[in-house]
Amino acid sequence: MKNVFAVLLVVLFGLTSCNTTSSQNTNLLLVSTTSTQDSGLLDVLLPAFSEKTGYNVQLVAVGSGQGLKIGEEGNADVILLHSPAAEKEFIANGFGIDRRLVMHNDFVIVGPPSDPAQIRGKSPVEALEEIFASRGTFVSRGDESGTHVKELALWKNAKLDPTGQDWYLETGQGQGATLSIASEKSGYALTDRGTFLAYKSNVGLEVLVEGDPFLLNVYHVITVNPEKWPNINLEGAKAFADFITSPEGQQIIAEFGVDKYGQPLFFPDADKTDEELGL
Amino acid sequence: MTEVFNITLLSLQVSTIATVISLLIGLPFGTLLALGNFRGRSFILSIINTGMALPPVVVGLVVAIMLWRSGPLGGLRLIYTPIAIIIAQTIIAAPVVTGLTAAALEALDPRFQQQLLGLGASRGQMVWYLWREARLPLLAALMAGFGSVISEIGASMMVGGNIRGQTRVLTTAIVLETSKGEFGNALALSTLLLVLTYLINLSLTWIQQRSRKANWQSAPRK
Repeated sequence: MKNVFAVLLVVLFGLTSCNTTSSQNTNLLLVSTTSTQDSGLLDVLLPAFSEKTGYNVQLVAVGSGQGLKIGEEGNADVILLHSPAAEKEFIANGFGIDRRLVMHNDFVIVGPPSDPAQIRGKSPVEALEEIFASRGTFVSRGDESGTHVKELALWKNAKLDPTGQDWYLETGQGQGATLSIASEKSGYALTDRGTFLAYKSNVGLEVLVEGDPFLLNVYHVITVNPEKWPNINLEGAKAFADFITSPEGQQIIAEFGVDKYGQPLFFPDADKTDEELGL
Repeated sequence: MTEVFNITLLSLQVSTIATVISLLIGLPFGTLLALGNFRGRSFILSIINTGMALPPVVVGLVVAIMLWRSGPLGGLRLIYTPIAIIIAQTIIAAPVVTGLTAAALEALDPRFQQQLLGLGASRGQMVWYLWREARLPLLAALMAGFGSVISEIGASMMVGGNIRGQTRVLTTAIVLETSKGEFGNALALSTLLLVLTYLINLSLTWIQQRSRKANWQSAPRK
């Protein structure tokens, strides 16, 4: 018994000393979306960044809504999100600086292969109209994430309001869980292509609608405003933004997923402007 | 506001039903374990005691695998329904109620059992009097069972899916509000959950203490 206690003490001490000895400046707190984590991109990008710069990245993967709130509270150094309208507001309200275009991937509407609402190959607006008219099950993130915001914008574009319909399910969960629920319920869902490809083998869903300019999913990197939160790791944040927009970082983004899925999941955009992507 | 009301109602319904089913399973089973004298009894007790610490996510995962359309019980189409949450929560609460029931009855003086039988009580009557005698710790078992499921999140999220208006309960709603960055709402829901749990435990404690008082007062008359 005494021995167990001694071991516990040693472990506890070990843990606390780990926290205190590592210098604060090498820790970088990154808040990003579940889509970048679920797709596996950050598993490749972050080690490359750490190796090059020596920063130890602590990643918090949340929905874009929460990500921006965390940034507002100063609980992050740098954020990588895909909710352009909300990000602009974030900058305008003085919570962030140095917003840079990083990359895009695209959203797709997926559904059961039987496609009961007959949306295959249609435009996003037509597809939603068909789903609405035929009351096909639609599974929404419902969590104010970038994907959810995009989905709501699509419904608005189609001048339809699915809220409260019994076929419209709001999961309030991440993309992976939402795809699983859509699969179990034989429903449709909007998803980013990266997460879908990563989950494809586990869910009985197919891409039915794709390739519309409105379905672009654009990622920006933002440094949390050091004037509001002087404690943030400004150098680290800048190093991270520099790295993922550098030719080296952009190359990693361009090549990610090609070996596994036969196609890239993300497209580097550091040399483009928002306008060129239609934002 | 009505949405918060419905979420709260669903939480209470699901967890109460799960607790009641756990009681229906745990009370007889725990009694059997406490009073019975059969081979493998210690082994079963050790399994039950381990079950008292079952991680809800593990229960959620196993129940989900069973209920998925590809799973053995997929034909029942129960995944992402309140019934699925009730199943998972019953699996979480039943070992708690069983284990604490067994412990409560084992703590009774064994001579009491002999005495009851000696006075000519049938086995059924004996069990009834033992339950009466142990009603304070049995109520505690009930509270612990309810407490373990009303505050549980992993299983509700996995097998319920947190679907708005269908399977969203208080704990999953708290996670959602947090993930949206609506910390104020999350805190408000957390407070609501705590107050509700407190009120339920308060009333159970009140019943418990009232009967304790009655015990104490009736003692000198014996």
